[in-house]
Amino acid sequence: MKLTLRIWRQASPEAKGKMQKYVLDDVEPDMSFLEMLDVLNEKLVIDGKDPVSFDHDCREGICGSCGMVINGNAHGPQQYTTTCQLHMRHFDDGDTIDIEPWRAKAFPVVKDLVVDRSALDEIIKSGGYISVNTGSAPEAHAIPVDKVSADDAFDAATCIGCGACVAACPNGSSMLFTAAKVTHLGLLPQGQPERQTRAINMLARQDELDFGGCTNVGACHEVCPKGIPLASIAQLNHDVLGATLTGARSD
Amino acid sequence: MSELQQEPTAVQGEGRYVLGDPIADTRAPDSPIADRWSDRKFSARLVNPANRRKMSVIVVGTGLAGAAAAATLGEAGYHVKSFCYQDSPRRAHSIAAQGGINAAKNYRYDGDSIHRLFYDTVKGGDFRSRESNVHRLAEVSLNIIDQCVAQGVPFAREYSGLLDTRSFGGTQVSRTFYARGQTGQQLLLGAYQALERQVHAGTVEVHPRTEMLDLIVVDGKARGIVTRNLFTGQLDTHLADVVILCSGGYGNVYYLSTNAKGSNVTAAWRAHKRGALFANPCYTQIHPTCIPVSGEYQSKLTLMSESLRNDGRVWVPKERGDDRDPNDIPEDERDYYLERQYPAFGNLVPRDIASRAAKNMCDAEHGVGPSGLGVYLDFKDAIARLGRPAVEAKYGNLFEMYERITGDDPYETPMRIYPAIHYTMGGLWVDYDLRSTIPGLFVGGEANFSDHGANRLGASALMQGLSDGYFVLPTTVADYLADAPFDEVPEDHPAVQEAVESTRARIDKLLSANGHRTVDSFHRELGQLVWDQCGMARSKEGLEKALDRIPSLREEFWRDVKIVGTGDGFNQSLEKAGRVADFMELAELMCIDALHREESCGGHFRVESQTEDGEAQRDDENFAYVAAWEYAGDNQRPVLHKEDLEFSYVHPTQRSYK
Repeated sequence: MKLTLRIWRQASPEAKGKMQKYVLDDVEPDMSFLEMLDVLNEKLVIDGKDPVSFDHDCREGICGSCGMVINGNAHGPQQYTTTCQLHMRHFDDGDTIDIEPWRAKAFPVVKDLVVDRSALDEIIKSGGYISVNTGSAPEAHAIPVDKVSADDAFDAATCIGCGACVAACPNGSSMLFTAAKVTHLGLLPQGQPERQTRAINMLARQDELDFGGCTNVGACHEVCPKGIPLASIAQLNHDVLGATLTGARSD
Repeated sequence: MSELQQEPTAVQGEGRYVLGDPIADTRAPDSPIADRWSDRKFSARLVNPANRRKMSVIVVGTGLAGAAAAATLGEAGYHVKSFCYQDSPRRAHSIAAQGGINAAKNYRYDGDSIHRLFYDTVKGGDFRSRESNVHRLAEVSLNIIDQCVAQGVPFAREYSGLLDTRSFGGTQVSRTFYARGQTGQQLLLGAYQALERQVHAGTVEVHPRTEMLDLIVVDGKARGIVTRNLFTGQLDTHLADVVILCSGGYGNVYYLSTNAKGSNVTAAWRAHKRGALFANPCYTQIHPTCIPVSGEYQSKLTLMSESLRNDGRVWVPKERGDDRDPNDIPEDERDYYLERQYPAFGNLVPRDIASRAAKNMCDAEHGVGPSGLGVYLDFKDAIARLGRPAVEAKYGNLFEMYERITGDDPYETPMRIYPAIHYTMGGLWVDYDLRSTIPGLFVGGEANFSDHGANRLGASALMQGLSDGYFVLPTTVADYLADAPFDEVPEDHPAVQEAVESTRARIDKLLSANGHRTVDSFHRELGQLVWDQCGMARSKEGLEKALDRIPSLREEFWRDVKIVGTGDGFNQSLEKAGRVADFMELAELMCIDALHREESCGGHFRVESQTEDGEAQRDDENFAYVAAWEYAGDNQRPVLHKEDLEFSYVHPTQRSYK
């Protein structure tokens, strides 16, 4: 099939970007979206033109590297699907497709479709863990976890850190990302001692970075390729409120 | 390695390599096998906590082994620098492991034990691994599960609240712990969080989007690395008292593999060229259940969990070239060839056997799908027996993934599958302490060769990565650092300058070729060649053909590659080109290794060495050794050093799954 692509090209973080038009004549329905871009890039290189930069790695929907805004939707039209798992059979011959990077203040553009998401690591660094040193763990069966909590914790833990939630949020907030980690660890018995301090520390760090505030729009959940439940945000707010009431402190 | 015997050997591959001295010592204690690790831990020297912060450690790679090692050494108080090419340490390819992690907990009371896990792993590796290392792996497996649970890894649980396990990969006990189909993700996030905790504590510095391009060796010791900042293109040097490589496997030499697109051999290969021996490069693992190639543009292959073979039945049409819709092919015209050939294990034979059988069927023109390179994995009988809801509960997410990629619904039409490269058992040679042959250079995880012999069992890669990272390296690296800090290396030391200059020259050379072919087109050609001649079946004739072609392909690459842009900034084509250049060199060593090993074992199948009924035929008399290769210079024949394998606890037998 024949497609017209309009792709955001930006040479460097400081450069001014713009949408650039490309026509591809020989796109096959079984190609993945990234393979379609590979084909474009091969042509560009042969013509001596700079290929389109985009992040990708595992190409099986789990590493969280890829992500672009496709026709206005983070990761494109198919629900619960990362860009790398999206296939061209979901488009029609003659379509025009707009491809842009994640747009968020906290994610500055590095080049073309590549953005800097290191702010997400900063949030985890501020408390997204259970403080246990290697070798100090008790026997695994000494900590039973009821199955419902274990399953709910797992649902929150499936976050791949792609940043689509931030890109989709009108406020550029990372609330769903932060809440997913707070929920995962806060539902487990191992996570209880740090539950409240974890929530306030991670939220405080998120606010210091360039993320916006959460106004419960829910766009984050809509675009999340892993379907992280919106209720995670309620869990985060619950833990933050708890921390406020008990005066929990981290030091 | 000292004096070489210069006369060429009389075996196959004659003239393609030189035989060197055997490897005498692997540093394993010689106590009874169950005591060796305790003995080594006790004999390992300790470092005073007050001195640790004065000692610096470089860890390359942030997968299970790298992240676990960096976090643990950080906890101990060393000054750690961690590097990854991805934009975050959380994205290392360990994240994509699906199935699970083995541990000899015996929670099922089904007869499991450390000794049984040890035994199964040595046997599964087709008697080509080192007993001491494998036993330690089995021992440490218990601690890994404890550690991960304490970190909050959400393993599958039963209603009692206790951990669930399942059986995996042809073993007779249920010892595989799992987190749905995303065990690797959950374990890696556990290690990543432990790492970020140390970043917060100030013991670890993480350098994402930073690729190691050379190893710095000063006075015979590994003392640092040369890196390229992938954002800015800047070359930097990082110096330390010890360097640990946990940079993963080299499956992408085949171009199409289940590895991440960025997975590469560069860190390990650069270390090899600086003097570290590379062991058993021809031991590569092919996973039988991957989604077949759909076209020329294919960029990678996707694995479908091995667990599907518990309920799916593998078949091909009995008639050659039968291109009817599979649902129109009647039962008596189908060949359930695994059930026919291996009645005892049926569809659950180990990976190497299932892969080879699929290849044989396709070679005999019974393959299905547009390319003829595929076999059916059919759930019709399972759906009839268990009902669709039960099948959905077990495999729903995998069926969805299959449909997303192929557009076919596996509830209605049988899946099409074909084998793909998945894991590499070979890697840098290490001793019992995971020391390479360069003092101060340690190697962990898939990047080393140590624990899986010629074939890795399912759910053992995660176990090895975390064993090396959390438990082995922190002990053995401390023993090495007991002599540190070493003499300070100034930035203008000739060895440092030489490493930077040669790295810069290489980049300039790649950029200046300005030829006619893209990096990917060379990579595809190399991959196809290696897949055809050094893939699922290898022959003397095919390997020699590959060895004749690789040097000329490499020459064409350096002369005719086209890279747009400069080295001063973000340039993904340049990154790829450097990696492909190293794969071009590795491919040659792989083929030499495969040619010299005139036996079949595990993933290495030489067509000249098979039993009457077509199974792999080992030759223990002549090949019960690790082949560790020394780099002797560009266009020089590599030097083979043999480490003899001794089996004192598990007696080698012919594997049979009939």
